[in-house]
Amino acid sequence: MKLVIGIVRPEKANDVLESLYRSEVRGFSLTRVQGHGGELDRVETYRGTTVKMGLSEKVRFEIAVSDEFVQPTIDALCAGAQTGEVGDGKIFVVPLDRVVRIRTGETDDGAVTPVRSS
Amino acid sequence: MSLLAAAQVNAGDTAWMLAATALVLLMTPALGLFYAGLVRAKNTLNTFMMCIAALAVATIMWALVGYSIAFDAGNGIIGGLKYAGMHDVAFAPKAGTSIPHLVFFAFQATFCIVTTALVSGAVVERMRFGPFLVFAALWSVLVYAVLAHWAFGGGWLQAHGTLDFAGGVPVEMGSGFSALAAALVVGARKDYGRQAFLPHNAVYVLLGAGLLWFGWFGFNGGSGFSTGNASVLAFTNTLLTPACTLMVWFVLDLARDRQVTAIGAATAIIVGCVAITPAAGYISPIWAMALGAVAALPSYAVIVWRPRTRVDETLDVLAAHGTAGLVGILFIGFAAQFAWNDTANGAFYGNAAQLGHQALAAVAAPAYAFAMTYGLLRLIGLFTPLRATAREEALGMDVVAHGEEAYATGEGAILVAPDGDAEAQRVLAGRI
Repeated sequence: MKLVIGIVRPEKANDVLESLYRSEVRGFSLTRVQGHGGELDRVETYRGTTVKMGLSEKVRFEIAVSDEFVQPTIDALCAGAQTGEVGDGKIFVVPLDRVVRIRTGETDDGAVTPVRSS
Repeated sequence: MSLLAAAQVNAGDTAWMLAATALVLLMTPALGLFYAGLVRAKNTLNTFMMCIAALAVATIMWALVGYSIAFDAGNGIIGGLKYAGMHDVAFAPKAGTSIPHLVFFAFQATFCIVTTALVSGAVVERMRFGPFLVFAALWSVLVYAVLAHWAFGGGWLQAHGTLDFAGGVPVEMGSGFSALAAALVVGARKDYGRQAFLPHNAVYVLLGAGLLWFGWFGFNGGSGFSTGNASVLAFTNTLLTPACTLMVWFVLDLARDRQVTAIGAATAIIVGCVAITPAAGYISPIWAMALGAVAALPSYAVIVWRPRTRVDETLDVLAAHGTAGLVGILFIGFAAQFAWNDTANGAFYGNAAQLGHQALAAVAAPAYAFAMTYGLLRLIGLFTPLRATAREEALGMDVVAHGEEAYATGEGAILVAPDGDAEAQRVLAGRI
């Protein structure tokens, strides 16, 4: 089991959702974050004040998957989020010790396997 | 507008027209607020700024040539250049009114400004700001001023007997059908039809619509150029018609989705104000209420239909202004009543010919506005790209065109010393 963390451009979030759906990755959470990844700074001016905006808006996906889903998830994130310009984001894959589904008490692989809603 | 009144300036009329001019001017920032709420957060300022830009560009063009083309006698199609650069526009009363020529000029200028701003609704979130300024300058003369001449300035429609109280021809049909052409030339936004683009602040939309309605009392109420009966009738009809449109819109919303929507309500206010604009001083209050109800239907239908097409006429200027303006213009042909307007009867009162005059305007104005705008934008497009690149569109027009954000947090903002920071200078130098 791994936790796949993908940090992507906000305007590509919809494309990522679409490609995750196509790869049948169904469970994830999403947060809006700010960060800096070496992209060219934006310069803004408010009246006389000129500022360099060091932080860019990003969207952070957190996706817990069983081992065989790690690669498809990474592929889906790349497919959805890539533009080729600096600032497309990063993917981090980290090991997971334990996963519990609160509703049923299922653990680990059972807990990260999506339930088919009827 | 008797010959007697034309002899000298009337204090009461002038006082009201000064106030009405200020009311109409407020409609342009109100429209900016309305439009800004309807777009995504990253395009808020750019959308608002297109309206603000009209305040500069359209006013200057109006003073230099637009006013003359609209209101100098000239021929039936286009006015002359006698008033170019505001030559001879001074304190003496404008012929046919009892207000100073300068006040008449300023009042008409505010119409040109808000109409130019209206067209921007078709191209927001993707059109580059520079080319928009060029377009706005040329459009305010080549389309607005010419249509204003046709309908108000002694042009062929007015001579033919078409009635248009406050601008169904130049303002509403002019902007609505130009918007359709502009959307076709500039093209749809990236991912249009694939992703949902939601309004980012419905409160702005409602507040903008409310302020527009407020300003519209000057727009219609001032179009009699006096405090006379026509102005009083137009003023009260401006209250009645949108109220009825609003109510019918609620019912249509309920029938469609079982819920009354806020953005629908804001749209209904605009549709009602637009519909009464041409008819305001010509129809009785009870017919004005009927017009409000009738006008809701075609505009609602266009708003439901348009997003199913590939035409990204983004803020539905065609539905709210073009369609409702056309309904208002035609409605005069039915419901105009000599007893109320001292001018002409419509078909319901035994004068079917009036309907023909109105139908003529309903064909000619949209055709001219569409064709001229289409050609004008194609022409500008030969010299410079009309729209931002896909990357810029993704980043948002606020940062790209203005270097500002509507909702800047300031987190991570580093102050740049005026002379220092080579990297910041590089970014600034890379701008157009």
